[in-house]
Amino acid sequence: MTVDIVSRTVQDSARRSPLGTYAGQLAAVPKGVSIREVPFLTQLDLRVEPGGEAAAAAERVLGVALPTTACTAVSGVDGAEVLWLGPDEWLVVAPAGQDALEGDLRAAVGQQGAVVDVSAQRTTIAISGPRTADLLAHGCSLDLDPRVSPKGTCVQTLLALAGVVLVVRDEHAGDVWVLVRSSFARYLADWLLDACAEYEDDPSWR
Amino acid sequence: MTSSFRLPTGGRVDRSTELAFTFNGEALTGHRGDTLASALLANGVHQVATSVRLGRPRGIVAAGAEDPSALVQVEEPFPEPMLTATTVELHDGLVARGLPGQGRLADEPDPARYDAVHAHCDVLVVGAGPAGLTAALTAARAGARVVLVDEQREAGGSLLGAPERLDGAPALDWVAAAVDELTAHRDVRVLQRTTAFGHYDDGFVLALEKRTDHLGAQAPANRARQRVWRIRAGHVVVATGAHERPIVFAGNDRPGIMLAGAARTYLNRYAVLPGSEVVVFTSDDAAYAAAVEIADAGGHVAAVIEARAKAPAHWAEECARRGIEVRTGHVVTGTSGTDRVTRAHVAMLADGVVGPRTGIACDTLLVSGGWNPTVHLYSQARGRLRYDAALGAFVPGEEIDRASVAGSATGEFTLAGALRSGHDAARRALASAGLSTEGLPAEPELPVTDPEPPAQPTRVLWSVPDPDPDAGHGDQRFVDLQRDATVGDILRATGAGMRSVEHVKRYTTIGTAHDQGKTSGVIASGIVAEALGVDVGELGTTTFRPPYTPVAFAALAGRDRGVLHDPVRVTAVHDWHVMHGAEFENVGQWKRPWYYPQDGEDLETAVLRECAAARESVAMMDGSTLGKIDVQGPDAAELLDRLYTNLMSSLKVGSVRYGVMCGLDGMVIDDGTVIRVADDRFLVTTTTGNAAKILDWMEEWVQTEWPELRVHLASVTEQWATIPLVGPRSRDVLAAVAPDLDVSNDAFPFMTWRDTGVAGVPARVCRISFSGELAYEVNVPAWDALAVWEAIFAAGRQWGITPYGTETMHVLRAEKGYPIIGQETDGTVTPQDLGMAWVVSKKKDDFVGKRSFSRPENLRPDRKQLVGLLPVDGDVLLPEGGQVVEVDALSQPPVPMLGHVTSSYRSAALGRTFALALVRSGRERVGQTLYVPLEDELVPVTVTDSVLFDKEGSRRDG
Amino acid sequence: MQLIACPHCGPREETEFHYGGQAHVAYPAGNATLSDEEWGQFVFFRDNPKGPFAERWVHSAGCRRWFNAVRDTATHQILAVYRQGEPKPVVA
Repeated sequence: MTVDIVSRTVQDSARRSPLGTYAGQLAAVPKGVSIREVPFLTQLDLRVEPGGEAAAAAERVLGVALPTTACTAVSGVDGAEVLWLGPDEWLVVAPAGQDALEGDLRAAVGQQGAVVDVSAQRTTIAISGPRTADLLAHGCSLDLDPRVSPKGTCVQTLLALAGVVLVVRDEHAGDVWVLVRSSFARYLADWLLDACAEYEDDPSWR
Repeated sequence: MTSSFRLPTGGRVDRSTELAFTFNGEALTGHRGDTLASALLANGVHQVATSVRLGRPRGIVAAGAEDPSALVQVEEPFPEPMLTATTVELHDGLVARGLPGQGRLADEPDPARYDAVHAHCDVLVVGAGPAGLTAALTAARAGARVVLVDEQREAGGSLLGAPERLDGAPALDWVAAAVDELTAHRDVRVLQRTTAFGHYDDGFVLALEKRTDHLGAQAPANRARQRVWRIRAGHVVVATGAHERPIVFAGNDRPGIMLAGAARTYLNRYAVLPGSEVVVFTSDDAAYAAAVEIADAGGHVAAVIEARAKAPAHWAEECARRGIEVRTGHVVTGTSGTDRVTRAHVAMLADGVVGPRTGIACDTLLVSGGWNPTVHLYSQARGRLRYDAALGAFVPGEEIDRASVAGSATGEFTLAGALRSGHDAARRALASAGLSTEGLPAEPELPVTDPEPPAQPTRVLWSVPDPDPDAGHGDQRFVDLQRDATVGDILRATGAGMRSVEHVKRYTTIGTAHDQGKTSGVIASGIVAEALGVDVGELGTTTFRPPYTPVAFAALAGRDRGVLHDPVRVTAVHDWHVMHGAEFENVGQWKRPWYYPQDGEDLETAVLRECAAARESVAMMDGSTLGKIDVQGPDAAELLDRLYTNLMSSLKVGSVRYGVMCGLDGMVIDDGTVIRVADDRFLVTTTTGNAAKILDWMEEWVQTEWPELRVHLASVTEQWATIPLVGPRSRDVLAAVAPDLDVSNDAFPFMTWRDTGVAGVPARVCRISFSGELAYEVNVPAWDALAVWEAIFAAGRQWGITPYGTETMHVLRAEKGYPIIGQETDGTVTPQDLGMAWVVSKKKDDFVGKRSFSRPENLRPDRKQLVGLLPVDGDVLLPEGGQVVEVDALSQPPVPMLGHVTSSYRSAALGRTFALALVRSGRERVGQTLYVPLEDELVPVTVTDSVLFDKEGSRRDG
Repeated sequence: MQLIACPHCGPREETEFHYGGQAHVAYPAGNATLSDEEWGQFVFFRDNPKGPFAERWVHSAGCRRWFNAVRDTATHQILAVYRQGEPKPVVA
């Protein structure tokens, strides 16, 4: 009996992302933007003193210098991105399944910092397309004009009524990642879908 | 009725479209480009409404948002009350009626969408008249990011209402070219039908865009009907123009009495002749243009009543050429007419004395007492105003940060001056926004205006004395038409001793209606000043506050309505709960399963069943909403020792401890479990509602008081899903899903945790209990939660595993006397009050709250303490919040109250009802009978210890 | 909607911040020896001036960092912001 249950549940234990059931709706938004969830990314909260030994050790693991300019992000090796969250805090975002990274980073920083696995704490909503900034302007008070928020901008702010980490990934504000806490993900998806309703019949969104 | 007052040519209306509308039940037509007001006037309809208090007929006074009188209710396409006919754009199918001062809210939900958009710019220009357009052009040409908002359907401002010429051509040609140039700029956004209604700190302006109102029933349902623009500007140029100021006289409220400038607008913009027999009453030059243009358009102007001793020469000549009589030194003292003015009473006014009256027949009386700059937005942003005695108006004083004023809003009323001031304001704005003006020509390229005749100073005349004050009809010199408030009302206020315009405003209600006194406010100040014999400038005017024009709550709410009103937070298992029929409870923003009714069960039945399962077999719940904080670093234990009342540094890796946090005042703020993950790492849990607050609290201490501690905090609330598994059979279920775990009591004792695979997923299982039963808490990464939940549910089926919600959780914990933060506590309760002195360390030198425990107030023996209450009748359920009293009959108030019921439930395990309560000296009262009022009765209750079930704790190990 | 300049992230709308009361009120070490009155003063009493006032703020929706600000309580104008540990700047 026990064995049956375990084998069956292992089979069933496909991970469920917060917006797994939203894929269809998100795919159907007007063409000015494209919205999809990028689920299961590896996400690690990294705390070290910038410029210190632990930071250097972490940088060796990540293959890139930790950004010390506020509200920026940089790309590291193996698809990892390092997002500035605070003067001594970064979010390392790597492709799904990079389970060894947490251990590598913790070993590197030792007692001089902290590494916390927050992969399931947030999910990622990728919004792209020429009207990305217009869509986000419905609920984000920050200026996403590329001259103000160029590629590599990474801000923690509010989008509608949800706290988000917003990462600008191209030169034209046409590719943005919105990292949102898992419990808020459906609210934010509902909000985005509702915002898109405005443009259903807008020729500039077709 | 035919459009008998519509001129055959001219104006900005599209005669090729005929729009059918209904007003007061009458079918009428107008054109695209009309407002409801212009369409009514074109149909010869002057009376629109009746007044709120006196029921007097009222008409159309102005042509814009300043109108104090023409209140209508739109009935279709959707009911909307208290709009002015002058601001409702005509559309096909509009149904409206005049209002007796008050409207009717729709009794059904508004189906329209409303939204909000943030916009950013270097320069925001408010108003697309000559000054605003020039400012926007100048800023745009310098390469600035510009937003231009304008409340009309098309740009032009005052140029729409006057046959001005620029560069030797109609001024509207210049307007069209300017708009074309602006819209061609990539960095310029032009928003028509958009009213800036609030100007706040740091260049922040709110503007309401009416996007589909003018489409009527054709408005696309998916498109936001109105939008609030949240504009952050480096600098704001206020080019909002001016409002014409009336002169107050007896009977000045009759339909057909209109501001002279408004008449020009109806004539020039809408091609509507406001009347056939016109009298103009003025103390200012501008009204002559109305007389001349109306005469040229075919109206008969009977006379210009000029309050000044001398008429301006240029205009006197123009009038003479058209045979218009100008009576200088005269005023209008009163009017006749029932539904519309039929006669103006005219007399000489010298030294405040009114001479003999003569009557002039008219159907339209145009009035002008000068102009008030529209300083609202400037003043809202704390710009100071200065009284200009020559204009009889308040004008902007010195410039403020991030805002400039341009055009007639400054008191500069010439067209050439407005253009120039728009340009100059833009240059100041560019400098203020830190932008270069190098690309701009040294000398501004402004359009050439026609020469303007020499101006004669305005005579500042607030009101004309009532020549017949004892006629028995009461004062009919209306200052605020919408409020039916008169000169007499003001004099009553000053006579009663009021000296401040703010007091007079509140006493008379002048300026408190939908129009917020746009035409009446300055006049009221003038009349008060005259009455008190003080200078208007020193007296001042009432404060201008947002919104400039009324804004519907629906627009302010935007899309934060319905399901989007507040974020709904859900756990990873939410869909399962929905599928299994859970009723949900809101806990903060979370949706938590409250109970899972089966086969028509009510709350009580379901909870008794769920409780019984937990006590007798096995039950499970979704505890994922608990706050979780990772605490990491060599000083992690030290930090927790300082923040919890009990000792955490002695906790062994692999173990769990319950902890309480207090504020500095020693009052309990939160509780939860602390597990030691490693020497330098803990995971602490908080209550669901306090997760963010407690993380902030901990961060505040770490960052501000103890930065030397080497410790870092991170929220992992949503990283982990938490599944409490509760009941005598919970060990069997756990064993089934965690085959690698030795679940025996010895190997996995109470208050320890183990990492193991649960249903094939890496999990952390804690042996803790919030029910007194043998219980576990399975923590897995949130994305695996549903699979693990389903596996546990399947494994427990043979023991009848029962999902339970928050209500059952509350009953189970209350039976054990476990407090809930925020239910048993309210910020005035210490751990000792809760009977939890054991959680307060005696070993630690200090921790947050410790010093407060020895304050005399916290040592009083008569503090309220947590106790159990057992109603003598075990069927009676006490109301939570019910007061606890000592007496079995209520005397006259005040009745001494001993405390209140904090929790009250029906218990399956106890076979009766029970309650927890905070009661004064409660622990001393154990065994006493006290009373709790319930409806009209006093229910006797026995005070008991707060632990009512399994006092010995024998069930904990299964 | 006022802007508050987080010393780390720059100007953000005020809704991203939470207020933390008077700054530079240190937690008294060795408070066991304080009199009840002294302790009560620390726990319950804060200054409430009209004019410049040094306050704690936290950029809660942003970098989660506490910082200090000198705010004019009469005008709400924020005259200076500075990081934890930095001395209170002299403001006019």
